[in-house]
Amino acid sequence: MSDSEPILHPGDISPGDERVEGREIAEGVLAYLVGLGLATLITVVAFFISGTTLVWQPSIPIALVVLAVAQMGVHLVFFIHITTGPDATNNILALAFGVLIVMLLMVGSLWIMYHLNQNMMPMEQMMQMQR
Amino acid sequence: MSTSQGIAGRVDPHHLGHVGQAGLRQPIAEHAARELTSKRIIVGYGFWIFLLSDIVMFSAFFATYAVLSDATAGGPSGRDVFHLDIVAIETACLLLSSFTCGIASIGARAHNNLMYFGSMVVTAAFGAGFLSLEIHEFVGMIAIGAGPERSAFLSAFFTLVGCHGLHVTLGLMWLLTMMAQVFAKGYRPDILRRVLCFSLFWHTLDIIWVAIFTVVYLMGVAR
Repeated sequence: MSDSEPILHPGDISPGDERVEGREIAEGVLAYLVGLGLATLITVVAFFISGTTLVWQPSIPIALVVLAVAQMGVHLVFFIHITTGPDATNNILALAFGVLIVMLLMVGSLWIMYHLNQNMMPMEQMMQMQR
Repeated sequence: MSTSQGIAGRVDPHHLGHVGQAGLRQPIAEHAARELTSKRIIVGYGFWIFLLSDIVMFSAFFATYAVLSDATAGGPSGRDVFHLDIVAIETACLLLSSFTCGIASIGARAHNNLMYFGSMVVTAAFGAGFLSLEIHEFVGMIAIGAGPERSAFLSAFFTLVGCHGLHVTLGLMWLLTMMAQVFAKGYRPDILRRVLCFSLFWHTLDIIWVAIFTVVYLMGVAR
């Protein structure tokens, strides 16, 4: 379709925009396969752990969070291609800033609301006092 | 590319982007390769910043859900309404569609019609499968009186998971648009950049789903 039409400026192809061929295709597919395998493994472990009685129960939520962070890392590296290469420096800085904001929002909200709940007078008691 | 001279002359007759002599072009192309960041990387960076802002928005919904997840107001809790077997199938659908979307992005860069269109169709099928399972789940919950108006927990649940479902719906429309654009306009660099943005969007939806099935479903049932 496109190969027969003169739609490209031949000199305008930037590095990385060239048509990929043969070995590059195989390498790309292999990377996605590795990512799929790792992600599947972590997901299966997470679903297994959530229902198991083999481990100490209070440890399950922590294990689930660790597995989720690991799986997000797998997705970032193998699917979104956040790498340590020179082209990805800005992406990593933006990601770090995003993670900071997400952490502030999540941890801050949970922290504040937990303490509010702790210090709140039980509803019955408050109604007693207003009587 | 033996016809490159002729093509360049026709598309860019005034040599706006080039130096006229063929001998000078090669050094300039090499210079550009070293000094200029490719447009693909700049576009990817800009879209990545949008995606991060989207993730920040989702984190607010996650914080809301985490705070309200015990506020069931005497109504059903997560343990009563969540079906982990359906969630497992949804997860598999989205993970596989993320994989085939990656294959499609390679197919687009290789200008391989079978690889691109085939993978995009499979991606759309898995995405639609995920969406129909989710809608089925929502309808079932509303039917047993566990709709968003029942409790703060269910309001937060429908907001968070529904917002992700809305993103998947928009992603599906974008997917079909990208198939149509490549079909109509071919593997042009600007179209390929749009395919890149779409694949980033689709992969990010899967990352958000990882957080949802962990925080909402697995923890909701394990609690």
